[in-house]
Amino acid sequence: MAASPTTALNARPSGRVSAFWQRLRSGDDIAYVVTLTCALTILALAALLVFELYTNSTLPREKFGWSFLVGTTWDPVAGQYGALPFIYGTVVTSALALLMGIPLGVGAAIFLAELAPTKISNGLTFLIELLAAVPSVIFGLLGIFVLVPALIALEPAIRAVLGWTPLFSGPFYGVSMFSAGVVLTVMIIPFIISISREVILAVPTEQREGALALGATRWETTWNVVLPFAKKGIMGSIFLALARSLGETMAVTMVIGNEAKIHESLFAPGYSIAAVIANNFSEASDALERGTYIELGLVLFGLTIVINGLARVLVLSTTRKGAS
Amino acid sequence: MLSLTGVCTLVAVGTLLFILGYLFFHGGTSLTTDFFTKLPTPVGESGGGMANALLGSAKLLLLASCIGIPIGFLGGVYLSEFGGSSFSYIVRYTTDLLNGVPSIVIGIFAYILIVLPQGHYSTLSGGLALGVMMIPIAIRSSEDFLRAVPVSMREGAMALGASKAKTIFTVVIPAAKAGLITGIMLNVARVAGETAPLIFTAFGNRYWSPGWEQPTAALPVMIYTYAISPYADWKQQAWSAGFVLLMLVLTINVFARMILSKRGHVAR
Amino acid sequence: MQMAEEQKPVAGEQSKLSATNLIFHYGSFKALHGISMQVYDKKVTAFIGPSGCGKSTFLRTLNRMNETIRTSRVEGEILLDGEDIFKLEVSELRKRVGMVFQRPNPFPKSIFDNIAYGPRINGSVSRSGMKDHVEQSLRRAALWDEVKDKLHDSAYGLSGGQQQRLCIARALAVNPEVLLLDEPCSALDPIATAKIEDLIFQLKDSCTIVIVTHNMQQAARVADYTGFFLMGRLIEFDNTTVIFKNPAKKETEDYITGRFG
Repeated sequence: MAASPTTALNARPSGRVSAFWQRLRSGDDIAYVVTLTCALTILALAALLVFELYTNSTLPREKFGWSFLVGTTWDPVAGQYGALPFIYGTVVTSALALLMGIPLGVGAAIFLAELAPTKISNGLTFLIELLAAVPSVIFGLLGIFVLVPALIALEPAIRAVLGWTPLFSGPFYGVSMFSAGVVLTVMIIPFIISISREVILAVPTEQREGALALGATRWETTWNVVLPFAKKGIMGSIFLALARSLGETMAVTMVIGNEAKIHESLFAPGYSIAAVIANNFSEASDALERGTYIELGLVLFGLTIVINGLARVLVLSTTRKGAS
Repeated sequence: MLSLTGVCTLVAVGTLLFILGYLFFHGGTSLTTDFFTKLPTPVGESGGGMANALLGSAKLLLLASCIGIPIGFLGGVYLSEFGGSSFSYIVRYTTDLLNGVPSIVIGIFAYILIVLPQGHYSTLSGGLALGVMMIPIAIRSSEDFLRAVPVSMREGAMALGASKAKTIFTVVIPAAKAGLITGIMLNVARVAGETAPLIFTAFGNRYWSPGWEQPTAALPVMIYTYAISPYADWKQQAWSAGFVLLMLVLTINVFARMILSKRGHVAR
Repeated sequence: MQMAEEQKPVAGEQSKLSATNLIFHYGSFKALHGISMQVYDKKVTAFIGPSGCGKSTFLRTLNRMNETIRTSRVEGEILLDGEDIFKLEVSELRKRVGMVFQRPNPFPKSIFDNIAYGPRINGSVSRSGMKDHVEQSLRRAALWDEVKDKLHDSAYGLSGGQQQRLCIARALAVNPEVLLLDEPCSALDPIATAKIEDLIFQLKDSCTIVIVTHNMQQAARVADYTGFFLMGRLIEFDNTTVIFKNPAKKETEDYITGRFG
């Protein structure tokens, strides 16, 4: 006499209809169906998002093909749609943010994980994580009215140190790719710090003890033993920070100058993908122009998916609470 | 070398404190009740306030929460209580994917879905954009807090004759309620500061916008519009608005995290 | 290794639960190899055996708790008062066959709400009668005097032993006919253990008890009947005195005398 239901959802051998009503009353099936539907909604939303972005950008994709991404002139009035200035601006400002943010972020993470006493470390980390909660537009506000004037005042000093490179040549009016890079740096630091700190804390004590027992100084231990061990997770945090900076809209558009040209100097104004969408989308004159902004959105979407995916793989395997 | 790392930390923490201080002095000290009660004045005239933006943000967040929280929460219940292995992995992966999409792209999404067919900007489209942003955040946070409830508690309820659904709703969810509620609070705070998705969905409005079909002002969008304007009075109001928004967001964050850390959960 | 012969009910005893050739798989692992036995009404039956012998697994088939494991598969028959338990609605079965677990698992609610949980979800006790019912359950679990002044305090304020008695009271509140105890004292100190053993003596008049224990002396103290499990098989099942004084199988004797286990 075999009887082997393994879940409540298997059909019963006797009285199928009455058993069905009984299960319905107990609510298990309703709960399962309702929650499953909600989980499926996510999948549907993601699919719909990709679909809509793709189909609504068909016009420009078919008209311009790949030249859309490499053209350097963006002039909707003249019907010219070269998106390279935006891609350039996005990449440059994000690269700048990483360049400044990684040493600051990893440095602070080392301090918080290795040096600071636990209570202070937790308190300071709490404050730094609050920085991640500050809305983008607030950073933009401070960017326009505090950072830009400050950079204008600092310009001579910067030029004195770095003016020999073409990167810091030419006139400086405050709003520039450099300013955007600085704002982005501040915005991504909390992510780098928070995750890197977790990753460093997850490095087993035995590793540190082993190095110290061999006579290494604290710095040597950190640099030569702890950091290499935590490398993957820190890389992951950097990718995460990169993904965030690529998509940052408001703070960037408020300080970058919003000029669709590729300049060599960081002191010059520029434009980012997210910024041009924010500024021009609602004023698009026809379906083609609107389609170009949607295509830009698609490009941004693709970029962030890839980078976030990499980040996820790197981070999940190395933090103290690496979720599923 | 190591003392340099302390300097890095100071820079990070100092930035937060600087932001808080600066906004307080520039925005907080000049805050008047007019800000909360009056409508914006015509361009060029001084005075007025942002009452419509405050109400607009409230309506947008309400709509967004009605969309995002139930779907996200129940999705989280699925992942935690019913999930199999490969399907759940796909759902989680997609959730993280959606989470990482820049908010402006979500704005485009809402535009295509609602503004384009309707032919006008609306609170509805703005609420949808924000709601879509809330879903992945809500799923992950509910799943995490529900999973943290020990299996022994579920077994105890089922051994007393409770069905799976009854166990979930009478034991597991109440046990996780502190985390679930703070998760909702953090979710709302995160979305309250979003500007980009609203620029071409809710768009903006210098007056009240009754109902859900009209474009509406929202606090973060007002800050942006006023900050880039040439009027000194508007710029001052942008500071006040920035202070109010920041206070709102940070208060909720601090409050929520304090509740969580008291309970032994580490908020992220 | 010889298995126990087909167990026929002992004369004069009524069978409450009977298992016939019960086989259990976790995925591809065969955890139970054809268990056949009787649990007698209003008696205490103990399952003993070394770690991993299947005694807890078998216990959990009696109230179908094993169904919560995805890859589990059961074959064979278990009857409760002659009814096939696999044909019963599982929540109905669990109201008649209750369980207390190895580690106390009170809900994050008050003591009162913990006890009232079962009756509330069943609707078996009216709101007006609940206070008395909770008191009665706490008295049956010998916990009333210790908690009567703090019924609305959190259950987590109780000691480990008290929490376990709370879990027993909570299980008793649904008036089960059988109570399954899965190593209930393994997380407790000797004094708390003694209190629970006393409790078992008092309860068996109203409730059939099955207890899994890794402590042979405990089985010898409390049980009327004892079954010895080894590697997923029931080696021997008999009166406790027979098992401990005069075991029929060599494996049983080896375990009792401590030659392994």
